[in-house]
Amino acid sequence: MDQPEQNVVTNTQLPKSEVEMAPDAAALDAPGAIIFDAKKVSCYYGSFRAVTDVSLSIYEHEITAFIGPSGCGKTTVLRTLNRMNDLVPGAHVDGDVHYRGASLYAKDVSPIAVRRRIGMVFQKPNPFPKSIYDNIAYGPRINGTHNKGKLNEIVERSLRQAALWDEVKDRLNKSGLGLSGGQAQRLCIARTLAVEPDVVLMDEPCSALDPIATSAIEDLMQDIKSKYTIVIVTHNMPQATRVSDRTAFFSVLRNEKSDTRTGVLVEYGRTEQIFQDPHDDRTKAYVTGRMG
Amino acid sequence: MAVVAEQQQPDLREAKGWRRTSNRIATALMVIAFVLVIVPLGFVLFTVIAKGASIISWSFLTSPIPPQVLPANVGGIGPAVLGTIEITALATVLAVPLGILGAIYLNEYGGKNWLAALIGFFSDVMTGVPSIIMGLFIFSIWVLHFGYSGLAGAFALGCLMLPVVIRSTDEMLKLVPNSLREGSYAVGATKARVTMTVVLPAAIGGIVSGALLAVARAAGETAPLLFTIATVTAANPNVFSGANTSLPSQIFTNASSSFAGAQARGWGAALTLIVIAFILMITARFVTARFARFSR
Repeated sequence: MDQPEQNVVTNTQLPKSEVEMAPDAAALDAPGAIIFDAKKVSCYYGSFRAVTDVSLSIYEHEITAFIGPSGCGKTTVLRTLNRMNDLVPGAHVDGDVHYRGASLYAKDVSPIAVRRRIGMVFQKPNPFPKSIYDNIAYGPRINGTHNKGKLNEIVERSLRQAALWDEVKDRLNKSGLGLSGGQAQRLCIARTLAVEPDVVLMDEPCSALDPIATSAIEDLMQDIKSKYTIVIVTHNMPQATRVSDRTAFFSVLRNEKSDTRTGVLVEYGRTEQIFQDPHDDRTKAYVTGRMG
Repeated sequence: MAVVAEQQQPDLREAKGWRRTSNRIATALMVIAFVLVIVPLGFVLFTVIAKGASIISWSFLTSPIPPQVLPANVGGIGPAVLGTIEITALATVLAVPLGILGAIYLNEYGGKNWLAALIGFFSDVMTGVPSIIMGLFIFSIWVLHFGYSGLAGAFALGCLMLPVVIRSTDEMLKLVPNSLREGSYAVGATKARVTMTVVLPAAIGGIVSGALLAVARAAGETAPLLFTIATVTAANPNVFSGANTSLPSQIFTNASSSFAGAQARGWGAALTLIVIAFILMITARFVTARFARFSR
């Protein structure tokens, strides 16, 4: 009698067949190469310290989820991983992030070269006011690919990877702004994949989408994780349990004396451990829904 | 059943009393305001067309300017049309690229540094400078040394257009959402690429129509040309040297003339100028609509 019920639970948590689950489980026991190694990272916006002393390692071909309440700095940490915070006036970072052993914040590092390898998908779909084709071809073009045949190939491959090809193949010359929310977000994912990055950072990619579009994007993440390393910020805890291999829980630390608050990394571990056997009381309170 | 019957139906009819009255008064005031605005515009247009339409012909637009004593059916305003086109085109070439680049610096590169703040402040101040001051300025630094020319007129008009172009371009660039810039940076674009391939294309419709409106305004300016082109009657195809003329200058000269023929040619020139401005406005609308193709 218990057997079928157990199956249901397993399926909702990891929407993959047993066959595909096996290598994932193996990968968890012996993680791949370290992609990001953050050491005591603190982020400031002007004099406001948004995040304090975050240290964590992110592994190759895994999906790492950042969860936590609003204002805990998870998006800020995500944006330090491809130096997107450089674009915010007054932002600066203490500590260091190593990407495949190289420091991201060394003096001679070009943020352009960093972002070329570490792409990003944003919370709100942001297709360019160009045709669907030109949206995807944008990255390859600015990186020097102008051969028409090659571009056609890249556009088709990227749209197929983002599970959008069948829906848009007959209207590649139509505006990217005419797509629905879920399609537009998949277009943005395809645009990111078109430059074949090493890592894809996703900042709440599904927060503006309905459950069907969300599920399409979650499936897509599973499909592409064998080629890419993914880091995702999400407010949706079931989503973190469905898609991620590891989860980092961030929270807000209040200093009563100076009346300031800052984001901290509370606990980081395998997703099952974080959700089923959290070591920290704050993590426990959050994942069981007792704290917002 | 009984419950349904007892339920009071909501009153969905239009509100009565003071709310309805005040609504009607406000609507009436708006209609009156609209009529008050449109009446002077309509009269201007009507007068210019009534007095100028009869004289307009291809030969009027291309014939040389005759002595003022000659009747309306002789000669035309050819040199003034030529001069206006030459001088305005040159002013556009000088001011529009400079203004657009300046606005790009202000909005994309300058951020909040002191230089950008200074340029922004002075371009706003320049918008308020009376146009005759621009003419005097060019007269003192250029005309006194190099003499009257279409070029001097173009400098004066350019000075007048520059702050308008900077301001309108700046506003258009501000409307481009930051998320588009971030999307471009996220695939490894440099700032120059982001500006050239995402920001400018997204704003180009508004930039072009803003520039065309500045051109239309400059084409109708008289004051900056008073001291810079000398308003002669002979055609001067060389915009870079020698005294020149323009439609507004010619209207000014002819309107203050006591000869009926000259006055009639002045009305014709006025209508020609309005038509040129009208064509530029229509072009601006067309350009905006055309570039907006992908933004819907």
